[in-house]
Amino acid sequence: MGTEAVAVGAVILFATATSVPLGRYMARVFSGRRTWLDPVLVPIERLVLRLTGVRADEQQNWKQYSVSLLASNVVLWLATFAIVSLQKMLPLDPDGIGNMEPTLAFNTISSFVTNTNLQHYSGETGLSYFSQMFEATFLQFVTAATGIAACVALLRALTRDRETHIGNFYVDVTRASVRVLLPLALVVGTLLMWQGSPMTFRGAARAITVEGRPQTIARGVVAPLVAIKQLGTNGGGYFGSNSTHPYENPSPLSDLVETWSILAIPMGMIWTLGDMVRRQRLAVMLFAVMVAMYIPMVTVAVAQEAGGNPGIARLGVDQASGSMEGKEVRFGAPLSALWAVSTTVTSNGSVNAMHDSLTPLGGLMPMVGMWINGIFGGVGVGFINMFIFIIVAVFVAGMMIGRTPELLGKKIESREIKLASLALLWHPLAILVGTAIACHVWTATAHPGVALGWLHNPGPHGFSEMLYEFSSAAANNGSGFEGLGDNTAFWNISTGLVMLLSRYIPIIAPLALAGSLAAKPGMPETAGSLRLDSATYGFTLWAVVAILGLLMFMPVAVLGPIAEYLTLR
Amino acid sequence: MVKEIKRGMAFTVVTMVLFGGAYHVALWALGRVAFPDQTEGSLIRRPDGTIIGSTLIAQAFTGPGYFHPRPSAVGYNAASTGGSNDGPSNPEFLKAVEERRDATMALERVRANQVPSEMVTASGSGVDPDIPPDAADLQAARVASARGIPVARVRQLIEAHTEPPAWGFFGRARVNVLELNLALDRAFTAPAPAAVKYSGR
Repeated sequence: MGTEAVAVGAVILFATATSVPLGRYMARVFSGRRTWLDPVLVPIERLVLRLTGVRADEQQNWKQYSVSLLASNVVLWLATFAIVSLQKMLPLDPDGIGNMEPTLAFNTISSFVTNTNLQHYSGETGLSYFSQMFEATFLQFVTAATGIAACVALLRALTRDRETHIGNFYVDVTRASVRVLLPLALVVGTLLMWQGSPMTFRGAARAITVEGRPQTIARGVVAPLVAIKQLGTNGGGYFGSNSTHPYENPSPLSDLVETWSILAIPMGMIWTLGDMVRRQRLAVMLFAVMVAMYIPMVTVAVAQEAGGNPGIARLGVDQASGSMEGKEVRFGAPLSALWAVSTTVTSNGSVNAMHDSLTPLGGLMPMVGMWINGIFGGVGVGFINMFIFIIVAVFVAGMMIGRTPELLGKKIESREIKLASLALLWHPLAILVGTAIACHVWTATAHPGVALGWLHNPGPHGFSEMLYEFSSAAANNGSGFEGLGDNTAFWNISTGLVMLLSRYIPIIAPLALAGSLAAKPGMPETAGSLRLDSATYGFTLWAVVAILGLLMFMPVAVLGPIAEYLTLR
Repeated sequence: MVKEIKRGMAFTVVTMVLFGGAYHVALWALGRVAFPDQTEGSLIRRPDGTIIGSTLIAQAFTGPGYFHPRPSAVGYNAASTGGSNDGPSNPEFLKAVEERRDATMALERVRANQVPSEMVTASGSGVDPDIPPDAADLQAARVASARGIPVARVRQLIEAHTEPPAWGFFGRARVNVLELNLALDRAFTAPAPAAVKYSGR
């Protein structure tokens, strides 16, 4: 446990240290300054923009920006829906995978287009190689870039003075995918291949084992997908078992690379903010507030998982290495707990251990991460969620000290607060109402265990399975308590709708907010202004997130994980 | 609006070629040159070319002359991997763990507190290729007696096949079960095939 705790700390420090230059690089890319990768990447960027029919200097207001974003997403949705629905007729299907059933295809495509990557199918039996490449991996690039673009537009708006333009969607999305995600994915993909992640078009390997049994080993175009699934906070795995699978995550070293890839861009976005709005102290304060939420969650999860399952302790076996159900030996309990928290605070959703088998409080931490859904913040969108909390905290602080609330010299007025409230309240609404409907359907059905067969586990844990699924869909996360029998019409359609609404409401509302902020005149900050980079405001923000973001979920937390913890103790 | 849809379509086609196609081809070409073995799945073959398995993927071992991997919720099916998804408080899960504990105690002739939890819990992937060193030590006496060889020789082999954590602190010490068993077969005669029962999975 001692050295393993050191490893956990080392990963966090390493990710933090490397996020600073990465964040600065991203700021240079998005403000059109020169970078050392330009000679290779700028020609690709120009080519994409030219073929798309966009001039690099074209400017859009928030409405035009949103329309471009939505129109491109509609086309992406239709094109990839067609691919998975017709994959049997398409090339590159060495394992003979059939077409995807319509409600499952609706769920899968909504899931990938919204950057959620909730998977109600299993990769090795549900997608052909063609679909893995041209649906899954492709969308993992473009939708992550869409999130980054929306965030960048927001940051740009904060620096504009009496202007309606906030940039161009296609320029931003192309820069994010070609100049940020692509080079990182090539490096990470190479490291993963080196460690043992396959990249082959040859189909499954057929072995006769040492003891003479046949064993079919699914392989495929794995490494490229895993690289971008981690970097783009997508999380959708090549195989059903995601990064617990030795082909997706072959070694402790690949685990380090992948955990870093989860955290790097979300952490880096904070420094991008500092650079773009020219307030490094503000970035430091925001980073500190996020770390002050992240570290306690990691600590609880690591302690719980390393402490083991009391139910197994009672059986007298040697549980010195912690709770190992659903975990892999090469990672161990602490690194699995670190991943579980990191993947949910950032809206990534990949797993290197089965979350359904986490200890009760160890499994509560991923839910807390998804409920807040703004620590470091997914690729782009996560920070947008934190931005909403920032607006609300400014409002609360302004009310408390009796001054007009303002953000970076811009007045926060009724319209901004309304838009922020809309984005803020949608999240708990989707999770709590969704879970309530699922519970109602379950209790209103006679013999639900046989008739519905959703829940794999009895008691409070069964409730947690439903709660987790809606939390994951609403947070655009994609991890799951996978015991839930979720490939049914009810879950495919309900979570599909939640994913779509939970993606576009929290993007469009803040873009509208950004447009309204950009149009306002900037006022010089005076001694009377609320200082956003002060420790006082930092503490206020932390408290607003904890109180507004978490308190609404207290009752369900008690009904699920906390009740289970108390019964198992 | 028509213009926007057209741009969306053009963007989709262009980026699909770039990220669905070219990106994969680039990594595939690099992998073939730099990591030909890993990119094909780290397969191990017999002299006649047939595949024994992958060093990264657990396979079932049930004979007494071999080290056994961790329990698998999917029967070591490498074409449909996964964990049990059993919750920590699920009574059926705790009963299954208890049964595995009893079976291990009987097979290895040890007390409960000598059974490492890894050997009574299912892995996340169902094909975890590794066991911790203490789970290998647990099986050493049984393997040695089934093969009629000194325990010390088996322990030497375990030690030679123990992979330490990266840089001494990252990840856990582990023993690859398939590689250890293949090393056993190379160093000592393989147990008679009659001792191996085909279970059908």
